[in-house]
Amino acid sequence: MTDAMVTRRPGVDTTHGAILYLEDITVSFDGFRALNKLNLDISVGELRCIIGPNGAGKTTMMDVITGKTRPTAGSAWFGQSHDLAQMTEYAIAHAGIGRKFQRPTVFEQHTVFENLELAMKMDKRVRPTLFARLSGEQQDRIAAIVRMIRLHGHETRLAGLLSHGQKQWLEIGMLLMQEPQLILLDEPVAGMSDAETARTAELLNELRGKHSIVVVEHDMGFVTEIAQQGKVTVLHEGAVLAEGRMDEVQANDRVIEVYLGR
Amino acid sequence: MNHTPVLFTARGWLVLAICVLAAALLPALHLALPASHPLHVSGYLLGLIGKFMCYALAALALDLVWGYTGILSLGHGVFFALGAYAHGMYLMRAIGTEGSYGSRLPDFMVFLDWKDYPWYWAFTDHFAYCLLLVVLAPGLLAFVFGYFAFRSRIKGVYFSIITQAMTYAFMLLFFRNDTGFGGNNGFTDFKRILGHAITAPGTRVALYLATLATLAGALLLCRWIVGSKLGRVLQGVRDAESRLMFIGYNPLSFKLFVWTLSAVLCAIAGALYVPQVGIINPSEMSPSNSIEMVIWVAIGGRGTLIGPILGAFVVNGLKSWLTAAFPELWLFALGLLFILVTLFMRRGIVGTLPGLARLLPRSARRQPDAIKEEETA
Repeated sequence: MTDAMVTRRPGVDTTHGAILYLEDITVSFDGFRALNKLNLDISVGELRCIIGPNGAGKTTMMDVITGKTRPTAGSAWFGQSHDLAQMTEYAIAHAGIGRKFQRPTVFEQHTVFENLELAMKMDKRVRPTLFARLSGEQQDRIAAIVRMIRLHGHETRLAGLLSHGQKQWLEIGMLLMQEPQLILLDEPVAGMSDAETARTAELLNELRGKHSIVVVEHDMGFVTEIAQQGKVTVLHEGAVLAEGRMDEVQANDRVIEVYLGR
Repeated sequence: MNHTPVLFTARGWLVLAICVLAAALLPALHLALPASHPLHVSGYLLGLIGKFMCYALAALALDLVWGYTGILSLGHGVFFALGAYAHGMYLMRAIGTEGSYGSRLPDFMVFLDWKDYPWYWAFTDHFAYCLLLVVLAPGLLAFVFGYFAFRSRIKGVYFSIITQAMTYAFMLLFFRNDTGFGGNNGFTDFKRILGHAITAPGTRVALYLATLATLAGALLLCRWIVGSKLGRVLQGVRDAESRLMFIGYNPLSFKLFVWTLSAVLCAIAGALYVPQVGIINPSEMSPSNSIEMVIWVAIGGRGTLIGPILGAFVVNGLKSWLTAAFPELWLFALGLLFILVTLFMRRGIVGTLPGLARLLPRSARRQPDAIKEEETA
């Protein structure tokens, strides 16, 4: 059956030190170039923040990386061996890329525990899923993630009844259950209170170094806090406008021009 | 916290056992007691319940795809009818030379001046082969149809409309005399099944019991499936398909699995239906029949499995009574019932009457609309 398409691949080959390469990626929608020869590479273990005004192509870039949108031109590589432009969404997820959507997307009719259980890294074809049983080790793993995303005590609550911020964390928890090598977070603190934002920054700092992380965010305070000395990429009109440390980027004349208007 | 599927609560098992036992004892009251005895169960009533159990099985199958996976099929009648036709072919062959024309061919083929059976009737004189056909023909149709529809990511109302078009197309095809399925009249005038006279009380009781056992078995199978992790994936398809895809599940495989399984269960219901009712004709494939199935599920309570079974009994019981007492009122009553349930009992009988929900384990009581109601409560 179609399940055969999900061949189990060994770990991503990152011998060249990069986990993600985007080379001259162009995406056109009826002539409009959402991405225009975009080049980006993310190193193993890096936490990269991507900022840019509305319509800069940030979400389209995420769509290309996760297989939702096919690039019109250019190539996208995950490690050395995975050509993302040729893979389906679920094959990409299997290979080790997890994505959090802009709007929190969890299974509202399932409990917190069940949401994490569904996301857990394992054989996700039909038959193994039908006969799946949780081992003690897997239960411990779920319990550990529940504590990490601060939802202990809420395990049996339906996800639909959680607050907005808790849903965002649950979704991050689901990503972690997949044990991905690359995590894409699309506006992880949108709509969060200050306390929730601070907690999310704490959470990302805990994950730093364990996974490669790409964060797309509008909230400059949050970006400054998590970018630290790492690289920040500014997108504008579908291409990279500037790249560097947060203070360098903020001092960049072209960036100021784009953000403040001519 | 561990998810060993609990099929029913203790109370649920008890009620289920009582229902099955009571249903199994009815034939004894039919066979053992004389017709004058007040507890005598008439053959008519037994046949009616047998027929309702077939409908209940079809409703159960529909709940698997609609209630749990969110795929609304308005064409399940085609699978029901194909199962019935496949079994009907055996029953036609079993008539032998006792037809009106005394030929070894069915009357309608004699009428068409055919000299021999067409190729697709080959081996249908073997009962076992026909049983295989009951499962394989609708199963294959569902698999191929589902593969192309789901692969093209056809969803929601578009999918529903296509299923309706499919059953309509099959109805037109079977209505034609030259397709070799008896045209307008379909298959009827059955004489015997496996050598037993089809109208004999013993045969009828055996068919009734086979239907009861199949329905009970199918209910257990479906409860086990929806209680498994696969069941939670199916509900994920219903609630947030893109999330499911981005955590590494291929929705196509899961939809195809449950769609094909549902079609096969529905076909088995049809196969059990045809010897008990004594006729199968293309009108079973008319879109309105498939829509009626959807109404049974909605009224009983979708996403509960026991609801659709109850719904099939309630609606058809009402139909049997009304069409006899006030024939012209039935369609109005059905429409009114549907409107009332949509307005005031969105979660159906099982979702609304609290005693019934307690038959199911806690994890199984959630329904598509549960969140909103809990929030507003």
